[in-house]
This record gives sequence, C-alpha cells and structure tokens, in this order.
Amino acid sequence: MATNTNTTVGSVNAPRVVRDSRNPLRLAWHILRRYPILPAFIVAVLVIAAVFAPWLAQHDPLVGKLRDQDRPPIWQEKSPISGKEPLWDYPLGTDPLGRDMLSRIIWGARYSMLIASVVLISGAIGGTILGLIAGYFGGIYDEVLMRMVDLTLGVPFILVALATVVVFGSSMVLIIALLILFSWSGFARQVRAETLRLKASDYVALAVVAGASAGRIISKHVLPGVVNTVLVIASLNIGQLILTEATLSFLGVGIPKPRPAWGSMVAEGRDYIDTSYWMALFPGLAIFAVVFAMNFLGDWIRDRLDPRLRQL
Amino acid sequence: MKKLLIRRLVAAIIVLLLASVLVFALSRMSGDPRHLFLSEYTTDEQWEQWGRDFGLDKPYYEQYFRWLSGAVLLDFDISVKEQIPATTVVIRKIPNTLQLAAGAYVFALLVGIPLGILSSILRGTFLDLFARGFALLGQAMPGFWLGIMLILMFAVRLEWLPAGGKDDLRSLILPSITLGWFAAAALLRLTRSAMLEILDSEFVKLARAKGASQMTVIIKHAFRNAIIVPLTFAGVFLSALLTGAVVTETVFGWPGLGRLALQSVFGTDFPVISAIVMFATAGYLGMNLLVDILYGVLDPRIRQS
Repeated sequence: MATNTNTTVGSVNAPRVVRDSRNPLRLAWHILRRYPILPAFIVAVLVIAAVFAPWLAQHDPLVGKLRDQDRPPIWQEKSPISGKEPLWDYPLGTDPLGRDMLSRIIWGARYSMLIASVVLISGAIGGTILGLIAGYFGGIYDEVLMRMVDLTLGVPFILVALATVVVFGSSMVLIIALLILFSWSGFARQVRAETLRLKASDYVALAVVAGASAGRIISKHVLPGVVNTVLVIASLNIGQLILTEATLSFLGVGIPKPRPAWGSMVAEGRDYIDTSYWMALFPGLAIFAVVFAMNFLGDWIRDRLDPRLRQL
Repeated sequence: MKKLLIRRLVAAIIVLLLASVLVFALSRMSGDPRHLFLSEYTTDEQWEQWGRDFGLDKPYYEQYFRWLSGAVLLDFDISVKEQIPATTVVIRKIPNTLQLAAGAYVFALLVGIPLGILSSILRGTFLDLFARGFALLGQAMPGFWLGIMLILMFAVRLEWLPAGGKDDLRSLILPSITLGWFAAAALLRLTRSAMLEILDSEFVKLARAKGASQMTVIIKHAFRNAIIVPLTFAGVFLSALLTGAVVTETVFGWPGLGRLALQSVFGTDFPVISAIVMFATAGYLGMNLLVDILYGVLDPRIRQS
C-alpha cells in the first residue's frame, strides 16, 4: 500500500499501472478497465438467449392470456391502471395482450441476432468483393462503385426503406435485403482505400512482374491484407445495424408482426407509457444493452486489430 | 482545390440523378398513379384522359424524363392527400424541422464540446469517465426509446415539460435532447480525440517548454486547432438528421418533415415522398460540398493539396 501514496489521480500523463497487485479490489478494477468483461457478458447472454429461445422462454411469445394482461414486473405492488398484482410467472410483467414480456424479449433476441448476422455477413462479403475490384482495377469500376457508395450515404435510407416496404409489403426477406443494401457501402469504401494502399506496395509489384494473374494477386496478396479492416468494420457496424433494424421495427416496417421484435415492442408499449411503463422500458433496455455491448466490443477489437482506423 | 470542387460537384449531380431514378422507379412500382388520384366512380374516358394528360401512355423512360424535368423546377406533382403541389406541402414543414435540428445541434455543441475538452485535459479522472459514459449512452440508446423514456420521466412523472406537440420553447426541449444526444456523443468523442492528439503535438510541447500556462496552452494552442471538429461534424449530423427527425417527430408529434414523411409513406403519397427524398439528398450533398469549401478556407494545408 505504501507505493500509491503520492499519486494525484488526475495528473495528465500519469502512467496507469497496477501499483499493488496484492490488493484484490485494485486488481479487479484493473481487469475491468483492460478487458471488456461486462460487454462480453451481455453478448454472451444475448447469444444464449438467441440460440436457446424455445427452451428458455417460459411462455408462447405470440399468444397471451387476456386474464393476465397488464401484469406489472414482480417488484411492483400492482398495476396503476388495472390494479393487477404481479406474478412470478411473469417476472417482467405482461403486455396489453397478456403476453409475457420476458419471453418476448428472449425471442426478440433471436430475431435481432438472426437479422444482424445474415446482414453483416452478406454486407461484408459483398462490400469486400466490390471494394477489392474497384480498388484494384480502378477506372470505370472505381467511378461506378464510388457513386453507388455516395448514393447509399446521400439518400435518406430510412425513407427509401419505408417506401419500399409499403410498396412490396413487409417480409423478413425484404427487410434483410434492405439492410444489406444499407450496410455494404461502409465495407466497400474502406476496403477500396486499403486495396489502393496495398496495390502500391512492392510485393504486389513483384507479383505482377512474376506474372501472377489479377485474380491471384487479389486473393493471395491483397485480400489477406484487408481482412483485419473488414473484421474491424463489421464489429463497429453491428451496433448501428441492430439500431437501424429496431428503428424500422418501431416505425412498423421492420420484422413483420406478430413476431416479437424489440423495436415494435417499444412501439406497442408507447401507448401505455403513462400507466404501464414496463411495456416500453424493457425491450428498449434490451436494445440499449446489446448495442452498448457491441459498440464497446467493436472499439476494443479495433484498438487491438487496427488502431489506424481510430477515426471511424 | 478548384478542380477538386468541380469533380465533387459533378459527382454530386450524378448521385442526385441516381436518387431520382430510384425514387421514380419506386413510385411507379407502387402501381398506376391514377389509382391514387381517381375514385372508383371515374369513367373510362376520364381514366384515359388522365393517362394522356400525365403521359402514362408513353414508355417509362419518357415518363421519367417528364418527371425529372418537373423535378428540376421543383415540381413534384400534386400531393395526393392535400391536393396542392407536393413541393409546397414539404416546404411548409421545413422550418419546423430546422428549428428542431437547431435545438438538437445547440444541445450537441453545448454538451459535446465542453465535455470533450474537459475529458481530454482531465484524462483518466472521474469527469472523463462520466463524459465517456455519456457518449456510450448516446451512441447506444435507440432514439425512439430515449424519447419515450424522457416523456415518461419529465412529462408523465415529474410533469415539468410537455409530452409532445409544438407550442412554446419548452416543448422544444425534450425533442432536442432526443435528436441531439447521439450527435452530442459523436461530437464529444471527436473533440476528445482531436484534443488529445493536439495536446500531444510538437507545437504544444514547445509552448509548454516556453512556459505557457495550462490555460494558455488549451485556449490559444489546442482549442484553436480543434475548432475544425464541429465543422466536420456538421456533415455527419446532417446525414443522420432525417432519420432522427422521422423518429423524434413521430414520438413527440412534432409537425415537421419527418412526421410528414412517415405519414406520406403510409398514405402512399408518392409525390410528397419523392419531394422529401430529393430535397433531403440535395441538402445532404450541398452541405457536404459546403463543408469541403469551408475546410479549404479554415485549414490552409487542405487548400494546397
């Protein structure tokens, strides 16, 4: 303990080291700061909920009991409007149709994860391929690609998505397709920039001299160099993607009802906000926790894999 | 610099054209526009007459050019719902959304910049932790949920502020925070990292070596160079503005562009949707061009490249 007497906590450039590893509190704090324990825990809970939803959820997420509508969460004495008492069967209360909030949130995790992973993987692959082609071949490919990227950035995505859903009708496939259209451009832009940089390197020039084909150079010499970038962008984008999906669901054009999506659950709970706050609070809290964890992990992964991307 | 700007301008026009193709295609895919305007009591002659008047008997590319030549002159046809020009419908709502955007931007500036600066100078302290927590919250909370929670807290429980609508300045507070928190978070992070980088730079070290006080260093040397951050940020803010406005205005019943957009989508009022998408895209591209120009004015290093 004698070692940490004279240190001012706030001094600007004080090196932050564990000054006494025998002090368990200090050590715990150090580990908590260094490793994203909490976000990793949240993501683990999310993944477990998503994978095992049918076994974890105690109630049918789609069918409610009207007798049990408007049950408050267990720590509350009774619902202010219906006067109903909480039941241990519904730890987080029920919604206006008497469906269990917790079961719906667990199933919501499944839909959220399903969409996020499909969209992210397709967007990453598509964007990477386009970015590689545009960056390596340049010229007209590059022009076309960059204008498409500008288009996805400039056009208000949410409006186009809304209009498309109204025209074609809401479906899972459509919402996934729309989100892919929204997510590929971030990958394409960054991969293109990286490809331009790698293309100018000596080892690529040597490969060209050695007579390697364009396909071989791209797959053997450029692609390995951009993999880290792609991983970083994927980890940084996943939070935003979940938010966008939730926003679409909130506006009524996301995951089709009555499937439990966190965004549409908040929308349903909104009408009861003055009496039954839990209907909007918990699904939103789930979105918040997951996006928070994903953002935090994304930052952490970026700092480790590719600190150059800090400005992203 | 001039050449770069011309290139950017051409690119912006191309993007605008692409957007127009997209919007036009969507509006035609929604079905024959006559279904929206004419009732079921229309005779066949009237139906045909309408088709001829609006060029619906022509091939699609001709229809598109007809639509485009109108759009260039800001004529997006008549709003289905209001029966007045769609452009008028949209323009009437712009001031309200700009008011909300201004409120949000002011909130972002007032919170993001001071907190960003403080957390960079007091790095590692409790305040820094607080500021970064604030930023993490802002970037992870869904806007619609934040809005509803603010209503729950300040309108339903505490009854301090109105839950929605647009009356006096008080009704602007909650929507501004809802729309601006995300922006404040981004601004805070940008300011913080810019300040950290500058505080670590050679000229700041020189100033310190010459004996300048902490205050002088921060105000005269560091902050002056970080001032470009809010500018870069204006572009980012604008790109997220319309999405945020749709959500915020829906939650608070704010009579602006976002709510109009949502209502028009669900009412399949395609003239209005087209006008909003085109206006928003043009606004975004124009703002980015402006930011590029201002960059050149503010930072001589960029002018030369």
